Order: sequence, then structure tokens, then C-alpha cells
Amino acid sequence: MSLDVLYFAWVRERIGLPKERVETGADTVSGLVDELVAREERYAAAFADRSALRVAVDQELADFDAPLTGVREVAFFPPMTGG
Amino acid sequence: MAVRVQAAPFDLGAEVTAFAEGRTDLGAVVTFTGLVRADGGATAMEIEHYPGMTERAIAAIADEAARRWSLGDVLVIHRHGRMAPGEAIMMVATAARHRADAFAAAEFLMDYLKSRAPFWKKELGPDGAAWVAAKDADESALERWSGGT
Repeated sequence: MSLDVLYFAWVRERIGLPKERVETGADTVSGLVDELVAREERYAAAFADRSALRVAVDQELADFDAPLTGVREVAFFPPMTGG
Repeated sequence: MAVRVQAAPFDLGAEVTAFAEGRTDLGAVVTFTGLVRADGGATAMEIEHYPGMTERAIAAIADEAARRWSLGDVLVIHRHGRMAPGEAIMMVATAARHRADAFAAAEFLMDYLKSRAPFWKKELGPDGAAWVAAKDADESALERWSGGT
């Protein structure tokens, strides 16, 4: 299955792109991260501390154990600083 | 209820004047405006956001406020892009029959916008650029709302 993966703030800077189409066999967000980390060092650097990251699945905040079935878009970013 | 996410500055006076204008059932309007501070000699702030999710997340927060309190209207404007110290980043306005609902809903909106709307601030200053880190206090501010009202 393929889905859009988006990166924001320092995650985007560390990985070096804002968005990419990813072909994945993962069942969960965690599995997707494992695949990305195995690709290249810049992904490993960005995902080194998962507790410092937040994830959104189809534009809703989610957990790393969220399933990917039917999902179109996954986003990774640091804790939000709005207001 | 209105939610606007925009790069352009907004006219605070005009927004507040137009908000709930002509409504004779509302006795209270509360507004909050967030400004860029020049902390540590900062010269600019850049705000990144997640187009699509941002609008949805703010609308969900505003819906929740309207569910918890008796509100006549809600307005949220949040900017993104680059802005200078002193510029307004965002505003919320709440209107209600009585002030208690308007004040509480405005505080609730601010607490949730801080850490549940997908914005990320970057400060530019004499030592370069740095992402603003989320504060533990921002997260714990949400706990006071978890017991319901």
C-alpha cells in the first residue's frame, strides 16, 4: 500500500523534505517508522527519540500504534506550539 | 463560528467590532490577542502549520468549547508565515449572554490552541534560528479541563 507521509518543523528539516509518497508493508505507524529508519541515516536521526514526536493519521492526532489500514496520510512533527 | 488561518495581518479593532455585531441577545464579548515577543533580541518569528489539519483541529476545539459553554459566537484567527516583534499572531473572540461563559471558553480555546493545533514557531535572532520548544506547562494546562465543566 502507498500513502503520503508529511514532515513538519525540525522533523522536516532533519529529513530534508516536507512530503513524500511511501510504499509500505507496515500495519501500524510504528512499523512505518521502522521502515523509514532502516532506509537512511537522516530518518534514523529524525526518529531517534519517538517520545519527542507526535503523529497525525489522516489529519487527526493519533498514537504510534495506530493501524494504517485504509489510511491515506501520515504526518510526523514535534509537539505543537500554537497560540 | 468562524476559523481563519492566514498569512496576512488582521485588523484587531475591525474584527472585534464586526464580531457579534447586531446581536441583542449577547451581553459579553471576550477577546485574547497573542503577540510576537522580542525575547533574547529575536528579530522575527516564523510559524509553520499543517494546511488542512490546522483548520480541522481548530474547528474541533471551537466545537468542543461550544458544547461546554453557552456561546453565541466564536472567532479564531491564527496567522502563519513570518512576522515581526509586536505583530499579532492570533486572536480568539467569544460571545455569550454572560461573561463567565465567554471568559472560560476563551481560556479553553487558548489552552487547546497552544498544544493541539498544528502550528510550530521558529524564532529568528542574533544567534540564528531556533524552533520554540513546547512547555510542560502547556500540556498540564489541559488537565484542568479534563474533569468536565
